[in-house]
Amino acid sequence: MRKLTTPFIGLSAGMLFVAPWIINAAPYESTMGLVQKVFYFHFPAAILFLASAIICGIASLRFLFFKKPTADAWAVASAELGLLFGAMTLVTGPLWARKAWGVWWVWDPRLTMSLVLFLIFAAYAILRKYGGPGSDKLAAGMALFGMLNVPFIYVSVNIWRTLHPMTSVVPTLPTEFGIPLWFCFAAFTMLFVALLNLRATLALHEARVEALYLDEDEA
Amino acid sequence: MKLVEGMQRVQRPLRVAALAAVLSVVAHPAAIEGSQPQPPKEFVPVDDIPQGEQIPAINMVAAAYGFVWVAVLGYVWSIARRLKHVEGELSELESRRK
Repeated sequence: MRKLTTPFIGLSAGMLFVAPWIINAAPYESTMGLVQKVFYFHFPAAILFLASAIICGIASLRFLFFKKPTADAWAVASAELGLLFGAMTLVTGPLWARKAWGVWWVWDPRLTMSLVLFLIFAAYAILRKYGGPGSDKLAAGMALFGMLNVPFIYVSVNIWRTLHPMTSVVPTLPTEFGIPLWFCFAAFTMLFVALLNLRATLALHEARVEALYLDEDEA
Repeated sequence: MKLVEGMQRVQRPLRVAALAAVLSVVAHPAAIEGSQPQPPKEFVPVDDIPQGEQIPAINMVAAAYGFVWVAVLGYVWSIARRLKHVEGELSELESRRK
């Protein structure tokens, strides 16, 4: 898996470099115009933000029930990526909304629960860094709450009609909009996989260093 | 020389008088009222925001894409730095054990 990291980062960097030209070639949306082009980065970031919560939740479950250190490393890695992609979602969204809706933010269920999920990731990271012994299990429990948020965030726009576009927008996209979207989505996904792998490796190395220091202290 | 001094003596009171006249006009309540915008007596709805008050979409798109690029590059740099540091520490600890 480590061998794939460098080509994945290189390929996704290349694709993200080319992306502005492909996005520029896409047509304007009829009501939102130019600002709708934020969508091509906002949507992949938002989906990977939700994917981070699912990966973090599943890895935390494995860690809680089977005590696997690799599962804990994956949970730590996905939580940090959740913060990164969550920040991208929560910054690009309001920039799009300010032009399209006339406001930076509305307290609708999707936006509010996305913010809550971001705060859960932030709490997870703070707990892991400063929580001391036993914080890994507490953080894993918190990650489960984060994962439970995901289906609610996804379907909320279909249940409560708000300003946010519904989930039916993406499956019914015309090809001219679909090509840049799936191109960016592929680039972001490759970047996500590569970064997840790198961060999990880092977490495993950190755990190994900690174990070696403990061995030295006991000897 | 005397002529210049005489003219200056005459000009000074004239300047003071002109300044007083200007101030009296500017400071007059009617003059203030005329120069300031009137408070709205009622709100009038319009369909579109006036052109001058609209935020250009290009600023928002550039800010969104710029933020994503900075965040990705910053994170890649941070993870590479941390990985390099921990790998160095790990190899040092393992060589110390042998």
